[in-house]
Amino acid sequence: MNSPAIETRDLVRTYRTRRSPGNPQAAPIVALDGVTLEVPRGEFFGLLGPNGAGKTTLIKVLVTLLLPSGGAAKVAGLDVVTQAQEVRERISMVSGGESSGYGLLTVREQLWMFSQFYGLPTKPALARIDELLQVVGLFEERHRRVSALSTGMRQKMNLVRGLLPDPEILFLDEPTVGLDVSAARDIRAYIKTWIGDRPGRTILLTTHYMHEAEELCDRVAIIHKGRIIASEAPEALKRRATGGSYFVLTTEAMNGSGWLSELAGVQRVDVRSLDDRTEVRLHLADDGAIAGVVKALADRNRRILSMQKLEPSLEDVFVQLVGQRLEEADQGGRGP
Amino acid sequence: MTAGAAAIPAASIPRDRGLRRVARAALGRSYPRIIGQNRERSWLFYDTVLPLLGTIAFVYVYKALDAPDRFIGYVIMGGATTAFWMNVMWNMAAQFYWDKQGGNLELYMVVPCGITPILLGMSLGGFVATLLRATAIVLIGSLMFHVGFEITNLGIFLLVFAVAIVALYGLGVTFASLFLLWGREAWHMAELFMEPVFLASGFYFPVRALGFWAAMGTSLIPLTLALDAMRQLLFGSAHPAFLPVWWEVGALVALAVFFIILARFMLRRMEYLARREGRLSLRF
Repeated sequence: MNSPAIETRDLVRTYRTRRSPGNPQAAPIVALDGVTLEVPRGEFFGLLGPNGAGKTTLIKVLVTLLLPSGGAAKVAGLDVVTQAQEVRERISMVSGGESSGYGLLTVREQLWMFSQFYGLPTKPALARIDELLQVVGLFEERHRRVSALSTGMRQKMNLVRGLLPDPEILFLDEPTVGLDVSAARDIRAYIKTWIGDRPGRTILLTTHYMHEAEELCDRVAIIHKGRIIASEAPEALKRRATGGSYFVLTTEAMNGSGWLSELAGVQRVDVRSLDDRTEVRLHLADDGAIAGVVKALADRNRRILSMQKLEPSLEDVFVQLVGQRLEEADQGGRGP
Repeated sequence: MTAGAAAIPAASIPRDRGLRRVARAALGRSYPRIIGQNRERSWLFYDTVLPLLGTIAFVYVYKALDAPDRFIGYVIMGGATTAFWMNVMWNMAAQFYWDKQGGNLELYMVVPCGITPILLGMSLGGFVATLLRATAIVLIGSLMFHVGFEITNLGIFLLVFAVAIVALYGLGVTFASLFLLWGREAWHMAELFMEPVFLASGFYFPVRALGFWAAMGTSLIPLTLALDAMRQLLFGSAHPAFLPVWWEVGALVALAVFFIILARFMLRRMEYLARREGRLSLRF
């Protein structure tokens, strides 16, 4: 029990590719490029990064679905290559957007089927299924066919499946992706309660929602292009975003905002159009630079509808480390 | 949901291990197939009536030729057997293709029972479901064309059937392992094995008509010898036998052992390759 829950050393995973006009040399894709991390038992650990950063590949290596191309990985002190069977006894995995299972089964039957794969005797397994369904608010739907569930209901059922064997280490791969706000909030709340009530249990969560990582995780690693570029508690990470001030302004709709970045003291500008308004997020050299921005907007007859000074967020840390916003990095995703 | 006040279930449930877990996992996986018979009753039409139409076409060929009645029995038995072959190819071998698409395969690979009990459950569920279909085909066909079967030795008949099913589903597991690594490519293989096997295994005629060596070659498919042996037991000396029944039983036992060993080896090998190549989760 003294070994870390998860431990990787210089972990590498590459994918072979086929020769194509855009890839005449059939160069392999490097999904993980020397990942080293250690997650102690009992920690809620987040892996934050854009699409294609290597988050899912890392989870798949850890849950024994993929063999590493190099380096080493241990889960619960067990090697994922040579002790895969023992690893599987201790883990569970839930992925976002999962459409697993069989539509003709009811929710309860589906969960019972999976409980049998873990060797849970039927009577206590069914009792536990009912308890968990009540907790996630699906008990009334227990006799409904899986094919008739909404996306949110389905994901709650998947979460119950993941918790059913009461794993030592739970892997959550983007568990709230594609869910509405309410369903995502429910899922997050239950995950938080589960680990809070079970000292010693560990969760590894991958997400590309900054607020999710910030809300849930004891520690967050930022992964980009297959490398861990930072790994600390969210507060410690945010303290990295030193040197400057962060403001968000809402103005009347603007066409073109390139001139903003040319103003004195403006280090970065991110602009988002919102119907008839424009949201401008500014990273300034210091608080004083905002006066110049306000004046410049007034000179251009752009009314400021709201203005707020922000504490640095994980998003700001990400931008400082990667040089792009997460959404921009998402568009440059490269993993399979 | 009020997560803050959620009643977290108590401590972990002790798990069964070893053979008890294998049995649990196999029964768990067989459940959707067995219960599916009751939930999706359209199978009665699609899996019984439609295949029967193809079989009936052969019945009329034999009738037009004034062939002895036993030929109609051959055809109906062949029609029932196609249900097992189709089940093995599409619901055993190709099932992993669907499971990969739906995300089940990833989950199957990370559960502690391993993939073998899950395949065992697929076989068990598939067999029960197909037995119902095949029985329906034999009953409807026999009633329509007044075919009489006379089982000369029920014990041996059941032995032949049981051994053939074990060998057949062993072959199915072997094919299923190919789907761990390949997707569409294995799909083509499954298609390739449909119609030619109907011919090669003598589904609609006595396999001896192919000639001795050709029939020996096609005997690698367990249904070839099983059909010939069962026809001998149902139609007696009137049937132009390929080999004596006991020889065929012995060969079927050998095939069953061979395919079980091969399936085990292939599953391990293909699982390793699929993990190495990243094919367990890549969708096609």
